[in-house]
Amino acid sequence: MPSASLPERPVNPAYGLVAVALVAVATVAIGAFGLRVSRTTSDFYVASRTVSPWWNASAIGGEYLSAASFLGAAGLILAYGADMLWYPVGWTAGYLVLLLLVAAPLRRSGAYTLPDFAEARLESVAVRRVASVLVVLIGWLYLMPQFQGAGLTLRTVTGAPAWTGGLAVASVVLVSVLSGGMRSITFVQTFQYWLKLTALAVPVIFLLLVWRADGAPAPAGTELTEFRLPTTVTMQTSATIDVPRPVPVTVSGVVDDTRYGDEPVILTPGQHRVLSGSELRFPAGAAVPTVDRLQPLTRDEWLLPLGGAQEHPLYATYSLILATFLGTMGLPHVLVRFYTNPDGRAARRTTLAVLVLLGAFYLFPAVYGALGRLYTPDLLVTGRTDAVVLELPGRMVGGVAGELLGALVTAGAFAAFLSTSSGLSVSVAGVLSQDIMPRWGVHGVKAFRVATLLAVSVPYVLAVAGQGVPVANAVGLAFAVAASTFCPLLVLGIWWRRLTDAGAVAGLVLGGALSGGAVVLTIAGSSGDGWPAVLLAQPAAWTVPLAFLAMVAVSLGTRRRMAPNVARTMVRLHTPEQLDVDRGEWHPERG
Amino acid sequence: MSATRRVRVTSPRARAPRPRRTTITSEIDAQTQIGEVYMRSLMRAQLRLALLLLGVVGILLTGLPLLFTAAPALREVRLLGIPLPWLLLGVVVHPTLIVAGWLYCRQSERTERDFAELVERS
Repeated sequence: MPSASLPERPVNPAYGLVAVALVAVATVAIGAFGLRVSRTTSDFYVASRTVSPWWNASAIGGEYLSAASFLGAAGLILAYGADMLWYPVGWTAGYLVLLLLVAAPLRRSGAYTLPDFAEARLESVAVRRVASVLVVLIGWLYLMPQFQGAGLTLRTVTGAPAWTGGLAVASVVLVSVLSGGMRSITFVQTFQYWLKLTALAVPVIFLLLVWRADGAPAPAGTELTEFRLPTTVTMQTSATIDVPRPVPVTVSGVVDDTRYGDEPVILTPGQHRVLSGSELRFPAGAAVPTVDRLQPLTRDEWLLPLGGAQEHPLYATYSLILATFLGTMGLPHVLVRFYTNPDGRAARRTTLAVLVLLGAFYLFPAVYGALGRLYTPDLLVTGRTDAVVLELPGRMVGGVAGELLGALVTAGAFAAFLSTSSGLSVSVAGVLSQDIMPRWGVHGVKAFRVATLLAVSVPYVLAVAGQGVPVANAVGLAFAVAASTFCPLLVLGIWWRRLTDAGAVAGLVLGGALSGGAVVLTIAGSSGDGWPAVLLAQPAAWTVPLAFLAMVAVSLGTRRRMAPNVARTMVRLHTPEQLDVDRGEWHPERG
Repeated sequence: MSATRRVRVTSPRARAPRPRRTTITSEIDAQTQIGEVYMRSLMRAQLRLALLLLGVVGILLTGLPLLFTAAPALREVRLLGIPLPWLLLGVVVHPTLIVAGWLYCRQSERTERDFAELVERS
């Protein structure tokens, strides 16, 4: 049962740290075991011929389910309600689009990476270079929230400053990637998927039992969200909060430049500045103030889709749908996994299995988000909504059981950071060391080491600098960039013979510049209000069509530049493997 | 002069070009027009299937926001105590996607099998 005075830490720090350490050790140990099975890329490939679609799909799920899926989705649902349900839907549906348009031909192309595909299809080194730069940018954008999530988790568990968690994950990734201990090993990623699923699913059973025992309450308050229980909120950073109606509160600390020592205060409607370290004690039934970064929502606005949780909700919803549906296929770490399928048919079956596994996983974030609105509304005051998954088990269940469940979700969260960031780091480092470092005169093993360092450290610095951006939002922006660049390249490249290298470069550059520009303006917080802000925060709805348009128009204008062997490439991409036909000579390791 | 000059006698049929035994796979390899026709028909069949399923799922999913805009009352319908939008987006979506994916796998494999039979038979 929830206790009247909140525990200092929702997760027992000792249990939490043990859980984190266990995940790290298990990850490295399984990686080391896998290393004996497979040493080189082609060993990895050959070994994978015995890997069944389900095994492979678990590995894809393990790599794909990131901090955004594990923590961010529930956090967004807690903060903004029904409209945010589209994130998990889009993250799953993206795999359906990938299955329908890309999976089998991509496997048959034989490409390891997106730049490989670009070069093989368009027979152009220029397209390869542009694709390489984009892989690095999208990879960094996607890595950033992973480190942020790790910082948030470690702070929630132990109270350590936010930069330490990111540093811990960055270090583990750096060490394991450099020692080769986690080179996309199927075992590790498979283990991570099932750990993540367990870590969300098992606590949900207990949470729902507690909720039933409480009389299955609906989100409290008919109009405004209210505290169901007396709640003490400690501000870990200074913040401005919006108070919707007069709220009686006992303050120890500084509110609106006045210092209080455990004194009752009535907060008037409007904005109030609360300094870091202040403690606010709310009685049951008080309206929940909202940190100014989040929008205060009434119950209906939160509960109903298009209810006003965002400005121009219809546009924002459709743009989000477009970004997630089309962006999945363009994520750098997703593509590599397709090579581990023995043939195109297995690639399809694997993708279908991924749909099943993701569908199972994404049943849970909504439950956490909705229960969070009931049991942890104080996260709206501090703005730490991304912590809802970590906080709920300890708060709702309590006792040793609650602490153990808290440790379990902490373990799952760290599995999410480790698997996604190592997969991404390997992809980014691979492209950096193959396509970019040699041009700076750095080659071989040294290039890979420097590349790995760059792949991990740049997004880490960005993560420390950009703490204000919610985890799932940053990931959403990465999807928008991927949808505006690699989606048109893959779809047109696979299905349209007349795509030329010039057309591809035009589309990649235009889509990348527009969506990337929108991302920079949004993260810098200088996107203004109203329509411009909405268009920049959810750019996919206009950047994706423009990128497609640029690719088609420029290709039609440069017909003479059609790839000379495009007919052979199409045979390679589309004919089933059992047919004895000439598929051309191209191979990524010789390219 | 009574020489009986030897004359080679051949059947007129032998002079006609002998019909070559070609297979579709060699037509595809040689990128002849026939080979291209076969390749295009395969790609078109696969793309048509993909776009059909994408269209159906796309209309079902992207129709939801429009539906909720057009009939706001629908948003408040509850089944088993759960608001309809939460049930649709949180639960019902997933089996729909899986069924669409399953249909695609089955049908595209069939298309490929038919193509392989057609090409190898001739």
